[in-house]
Amino acid sequence: MIDPVIASRLQFAVTTIVHIIFPVMSMGLAPFLIYFTWKEIRTNEQIYEQLRSFWTKIFAISFVVGTVTGIVLEFEFGTNFAAFSKTAGELFGGPLAIEGMMAFMLEATFLGIFIFGRERVSDRLYMLSSVLVGLGTWLSAVWILIANSWMQTPRGFDIAMESGQPIVLLVDPIAAYANPRFPWMYVHMQNAAVLSVALFMAGVAAYFVWQNRDTEFWRKTMKIAIAVLLVSAPFQAIHGDAYGRHVAETQPQKFAAMEAQYETDSSVGLKLLAFPTSVESLTDPRAENLFVVELPFLASILASGGDPGATITGLNDVPTEDPPVAIVFWAFRAMVGLGMWFILLAFWGGFRWYQGTLFEDDLLAKAFVGSSILGILTVELGWIVTEVGRQPWVIQDVLKTHAGVSPGLTGAEALVTLAGFVGVYTALLGLYTYVIARIIRNEAPTKPPTPERERDAPDSVGVVPSDD
Amino acid sequence: MTDPLAATTLSTLADGPLFGLPLAKLWFGLIFAVLGTFLFLDGFDFGVGALFATRKTDAEREQLLAAIGPFWDGNEVWLVVFGGMLFAVFPTIYADLFSRHYLLMFGILAALILRGLAPEMYEQRHDEAWQRWWGRSFVVGSVTAPLFLGIFTGNWLFGVDGFASVASLLVGLAVVALTVVDGAAYLGVKTRGDVRSETRAMGLLAQVVYLLLAVAAVVVGSQTVDHVTLLSAPVLALLGATVLLAVTYAVASRFGRWYVAFVAVAGQVYGLVALVATLLYPMIDPVTGLAVEEAIVSTLPLNLTSIGAAFLLPLITTYFYVLYSAFSGPVEEAESYA
Repeated sequence: MIDPVIASRLQFAVTTIVHIIFPVMSMGLAPFLIYFTWKEIRTNEQIYEQLRSFWTKIFAISFVVGTVTGIVLEFEFGTNFAAFSKTAGELFGGPLAIEGMMAFMLEATFLGIFIFGRERVSDRLYMLSSVLVGLGTWLSAVWILIANSWMQTPRGFDIAMESGQPIVLLVDPIAAYANPRFPWMYVHMQNAAVLSVALFMAGVAAYFVWQNRDTEFWRKTMKIAIAVLLVSAPFQAIHGDAYGRHVAETQPQKFAAMEAQYETDSSVGLKLLAFPTSVESLTDPRAENLFVVELPFLASILASGGDPGATITGLNDVPTEDPPVAIVFWAFRAMVGLGMWFILLAFWGGFRWYQGTLFEDDLLAKAFVGSSILGILTVELGWIVTEVGRQPWVIQDVLKTHAGVSPGLTGAEALVTLAGFVGVYTALLGLYTYVIARIIRNEAPTKPPTPERERDAPDSVGVVPSDD
Repeated sequence: MTDPLAATTLSTLADGPLFGLPLAKLWFGLIFAVLGTFLFLDGFDFGVGALFATRKTDAEREQLLAAIGPFWDGNEVWLVVFGGMLFAVFPTIYADLFSRHYLLMFGILAALILRGLAPEMYEQRHDEAWQRWWGRSFVVGSVTAPLFLGIFTGNWLFGVDGFASVASLLVGLAVVALTVVDGAAYLGVKTRGDVRSETRAMGLLAQVVYLLLAVAAVVVGSQTVDHVTLLSAPVLALLGATVLLAVTYAVASRFGRWYVAFVAVAGQVYGLVALVATLLYPMIDPVTGLAVEEAIVSTLPLNLTSIGAAFLLPLITTYFYVLYSAFSGPVEEAESYA
């Protein structure tokens, strides 16, 4: 039978990887929805009412799926990681309780008004509801990331031993909750959510532009999304660069894994690409076994903020076992590479917009369509770097992951739920995709498909009979 | 910490419980009050879900979904708050209970996933096969969620270390019956006509079943577990109050006083969790024999979470007030979830 430790870790990986999609959608959509609602109420223009109503439908389904997959995570700390919960409960439980009361309650109640109440409540209460729902989603991230960041850079605690198990005692709540990682993580995550949703919006809009079925609705969507991308994509890279330095300082083992740096060395180059020369080196990207494209001194410069001779601690000089280096190394490169692509895409779109040819560049439209869910994929990669890079620790330097698993859990039980989640969550993702596609197809003002020869006919909205 | 004032405040917070309050006891009560709030509020959603099975026309089914549409997500968050509070204040109990009832917890989660998705999915397409499937999912999720939650509560109370005992199974079935009573009272407030008169009859039946199951659970429990006794003043008082509230429910629903009936259900739900808490106290977990005072988290985090709850719970009450008043009154017959 499967090892309950492995099964629990796999299960937590599956359930978080699926769950995070939905908060990204709701946190990213929230500022757009507040803007659309505000414009709708201020200007009374139909386009904003349409934008608000359409994107609220996407928000609603994302929120529901986010709720049901989120409760799973809260329960899993107890079911699968009971030892972790006992060790860290004193520090870790508080933020979760406060998150439920302060944030989740706010969003879930005012969401009822925001989704169902446009005709029932005053403009003022409706506007307030949109703001409170948005505030709720962003506050939720505050408390969840406080809990997570403390696991990366734990501060403000003492350790006592109780019947052979370490128990974390809260000593200084300000140091613990305002730990060094939290602000980095929060800014990086929230901007990533906005960036991912802007990419999604631009991608969907670009599809209709490319198909020549765009209306004012889709053109507006695309412009708003590109405007947001022009700010959020470069910001993410600049911020990420500084975040990387912070990781090098506070979690040298993780940084070494991100760079596949085994030996402690000075003047380290940045491995831009490392082509595996054998199957083994794909899973163990040690620099010496690889064909490496390296930018000299750059890793040292990145880690130190400008010193090409700076020393980087290698994995061999960290006393614990290594994290799975290959996963961290490749996930980090893929994340950064995609981030660079988003900047390029944003400027390409911005340039066409400036030229006045935004809706005529088919290649650009295709690039946006192809990138529509890449933002979310990049968030996943970033979280893989964060979480896998912290291994073997679940709380950095305090508790190892295998020691956090519920002691009484059997392999059979763990296998049953793991298999259940793989099945249920595959179905869930399929359903979510199906519903989103249906909403996009049916609920937005879109021109019907036109035969090829009638393309570019002047203003054919609603008058061209569709053949099907 | 360089600021001396902040340092003083902090050491005071670590010194002893806030204002010398018996925080362990208060939190023990609060945890069960929150569980009760969840069972009452999401309970009517579950009950509406169970009664959904008895509605045959499309219009009536849409009406039922419309009745809970704006509310169920907020109601469900009380379970999240319950879990978070238990984790924050009794971390050992949270870890022991949840890992001990491993498969049961995932049963609850699976039921909640099904119940949460079903109304959204039901509205997506209007062909018969699709709606039949999601309608059934809605019913199954709405019945199994309170069943498993009830079994969980029973296992907790009776100190069961397996999947279920006879007594905890009886608690599970009792909770299902109580949610049907709850749902019928809610539909009494939110609907008119056939839906209301027909679900009223089912609510009455469920009310009788609930009384029988609740008493049976305590009797069977008292035969098998030491700390559960039928013949003690608080237990008899709570059971007596439940019978009175059940009669109130029956009379009020007969005369169309639906708000009174709804309050009578609320009384029974809080009575049930009060019964569980009374039978447990001073223990919090019969399996390990831990007492409430032993399981409580240490003073500093306890005080911090208490301050948080003292500010936030009144705020949450206002959110629910705003939400429920925005959608007060019955749903229209043509209304739907979409």
